[in-house]
Amino acid sequence: MAKLNINGRIRDVQVEAETPLLWVIREHVGLTGTKYGCGVAQCGACSVHLNGEVVRSCMLPVGGLKATDKIVTIEGLSATSSHPVQKAWAEVDVPQCGYCQSGQIMAAAALLRKKPRPTDRDIDEAMTNICRCGTYQRIRAAVHLAAGRKQA
Amino acid sequence: MKTQRDARDFSRRSFIVATAAAAGGLAIGVRFPLGSRPAEAQPAADGAEVHAWVVVKPDDTCVIRIARSEMGQGTRTGLAQLVAEELECDWKKVTTESITPGQNLARQRVWGEMSTGGSRGIRTSQDYVRRGGAAARMMLLQAAADEWKVPVSEVSVASGVITHAGSSRKTTYGKVAAAAAKLTPPDPKNITLKNPKDWKIAGRPMKRLDTADKLNGSQVYAIDVKLPGMLHAAIKACPVFGGKLASYDESKIAGRPGLRGVVKVNESTVAVVADTWWRAKSALEALPIVWDEGAGASASSATIAKHLEDGLAASDAYAFRNEGDAVAAISGAAKRVEAVYSTPFLAHATMEPMNCTVKISADRAECWVPTQNSEASLAALSEQSGVPLAKCEVYRHDLGGGFGRRGGNQDYVRQAVDIAKQFPGVPVKMIWSREEDMAHDFYRPISQCRLAAGLDEKGALVGLHVRISGQSINAFVNPALVANGQDARQLQGYTDKPGDAQLGYTVPNLLIEYAMRNTHVPVGPWRGVNTNQNAVYIECFVEEVARAAGADSLEFRRALMAKHPKHLAVLNAAADKGGWGKPLPAGVHRGVAQFMGYGSYSAAVAEVSVSREGAVKVHRMVLALDCGHAVNPDQIAAQVEGSVAYGLSAAFYGECTVSNGRMTELNFDRYQILRLAEMPKVETVIVPTYDFWGGVGEPTISVVTPAVLNAVFAATGKPVRSLPLKNVKLV
Repeated sequence: MAKLNINGRIRDVQVEAETPLLWVIREHVGLTGTKYGCGVAQCGACSVHLNGEVVRSCMLPVGGLKATDKIVTIEGLSATSSHPVQKAWAEVDVPQCGYCQSGQIMAAAALLRKKPRPTDRDIDEAMTNICRCGTYQRIRAAVHLAAGRKQA
Repeated sequence: MKTQRDARDFSRRSFIVATAAAAGGLAIGVRFPLGSRPAEAQPAADGAEVHAWVVVKPDDTCVIRIARSEMGQGTRTGLAQLVAEELECDWKKVTTESITPGQNLARQRVWGEMSTGGSRGIRTSQDYVRRGGAAARMMLLQAAADEWKVPVSEVSVASGVITHAGSSRKTTYGKVAAAAAKLTPPDPKNITLKNPKDWKIAGRPMKRLDTADKLNGSQVYAIDVKLPGMLHAAIKACPVFGGKLASYDESKIAGRPGLRGVVKVNESTVAVVADTWWRAKSALEALPIVWDEGAGASASSATIAKHLEDGLAASDAYAFRNEGDAVAAISGAAKRVEAVYSTPFLAHATMEPMNCTVKISADRAECWVPTQNSEASLAALSEQSGVPLAKCEVYRHDLGGGFGRRGGNQDYVRQAVDIAKQFPGVPVKMIWSREEDMAHDFYRPISQCRLAAGLDEKGALVGLHVRISGQSINAFVNPALVANGQDARQLQGYTDKPGDAQLGYTVPNLLIEYAMRNTHVPVGPWRGVNTNQNAVYIECFVEEVARAAGADSLEFRRALMAKHPKHLAVLNAAADKGGWGKPLPAGVHRGVAQFMGYGSYSAAVAEVSVSREGAVKVHRMVLALDCGHAVNPDQIAAQVEGSVAYGLSAAFYGECTVSNGRMTELNFDRYQILRLAEMPKVETVIVPTYDFWGGVGEPTISVVTPAVLNAVFAATGKPVRSLPLKNVKLV
């Protein structure tokens, strides 16, 4: 049993305390934009925001979360794909298969909240999610583009 | 006479789903009829099917049918561009629809082949999809002309708006679609396709049609499918290839939350089924399993390496090319160069793990699956469930990566069917853990290569001997096919035949051999397949030979390429854009490589530095590609960029090592993948010659690693002969 605040809505879920947040989001809450890629917090496909910080939800047991913790998934980032990161991603045509992109977008959004004008080095350090299609060059370009937009 | 004609007719019209040669799958003995006549128009849910490839809605939306799988490579958008170009519709009103293999079967395969591998998605269907778009245009124009009672020659169309020049009357595709759908389609043979010079939609860097849903979590991959009453399965096969399931103790996990059952899937595999996947996986981890590991358990990377080494000098090799007398030319040469190279097993590691949802009812079998070959999925579903083909359907979801893993090998579909059979009428979603994915891939085959070259007094190459020893994909798929060891596929890129994967060099005395050395490890196609290893062998060795000759890397290659103008033009394009010969910042070095595969010509120039500690940094890569026709230059660039990332992951980190008969790298902690910080700046130069149709997804990956290794050689003065780089002490 857990009480979670996901995308601004309180959800009561009947789960074992050790269940990772990822699987609660996907299987109990039914939001499937957050992906399973490795289960060991290596790839970042499961990235969500927890109180404004990007976290890898596949190794985060829900037993340690409180109803006051604010969890935001890709579905809650914006209502109409209007977040500057989503808009930049569309403009640069970043995704290929797209499977990792929810996590990439959540990581980028968290980076820009902390550093509105990130340098290449900031992007190197923050954007560590795996993309097997190899969209990294466009991710970098889109993060810069989104940063410019935010300033404008 | 009649009987004979009927028999011929049958063989021409039928097609065996045998993806072995092209996509590395198992040959499945199911015949699909091949449609040579246009299928009758079917009523579409909303709008009129003017032609099998085109549905037009009353609001002028043009729905373009897509038969090939989209796994990130952009084929959905590219194919739609080709149809839309001939259709002359408004690109802003184009949407796409994936046809299913069941529909294709029911309509005599009117949409042709659905298999998506070997970089064939566009090049082998471009002709008939363009004819489909053109036929629909002709029918729509005819319908307007009929309505206005004017000759069709007097009507024209632009962006889906039809105009009669004489009367200035106008109508739109949406308004005449219903009438057009009733017309007889023109004979495809009488359709003249546009000259690419006149393209307005194809050939342009259109935005992908499938991006929006990938930005907000709404894209439904097969792993995301939700069905009423659905159960979830976690699965484990014997970690040793060829091993079997001896026993498991179900009582130890009895009473766990949500548990619905433990299923013996097949002789080597067990699955746990529960109400959620996490509960199924947790229970599976707690399930005591005893394996009968079998003979494979004694194998290791060391025993496999020794097995391959034997093939480097053995007398059983297959002489694939034997021109002149290479052995004599080399032994009599003024200068000789010799080297042995090796490349490891590699896993695909698609971001979306293997998964498949199956529902089997009394008279129907359905599956929801990420597949590169949905007809092979349909055949596997039918064969494994025992439900006739006509009562099976496959709902293919766009894939979270494919790279060759999800082609003909429908292992995960068969497993999911075997599990679902135990739960009649209930949909069961099986998901592999990442560990299962890494433990049970069809790996890029391992090989070694011994090379020898002879140079004359002037430094000209007089003889070249290439001997590859390694595992054969074809032998794994069908041992009988290559029982004699004569497997040309393992020599991909070395052929003298033009058109597909031709060696770009002319050498007066040339011997290319293959010694088949198979292992117990399953192997299959991996983005670029054998062009990857073979390009490393030839291009890194040519670099060694060029240096031994005291020649410039580029000039030495050019001298061997006079008879291969297309290879040479692409090499020159990469060299020009890459600034070959121009000064570089201190500590930065260049390397070059060229190769051909999948009907396309590729070349790369890499700029690399090696730190005092031996750390390699790739700063910039320029890749040139002649794929014949460039359907979407921006998506071609995206594929080139992606090939650099996939190639560099392999070059730096990729290896699957065998210990006690099983794979040791089971997740991304040990099977490292290139991260954004390591991605070089990639510049793509597309030099399409518009006289052939080549592939895009795979060709360029072959030149990535050799260009980088040759730059490392330039930096350190020592050739790198084994991969991955993380194991090589550079300083």
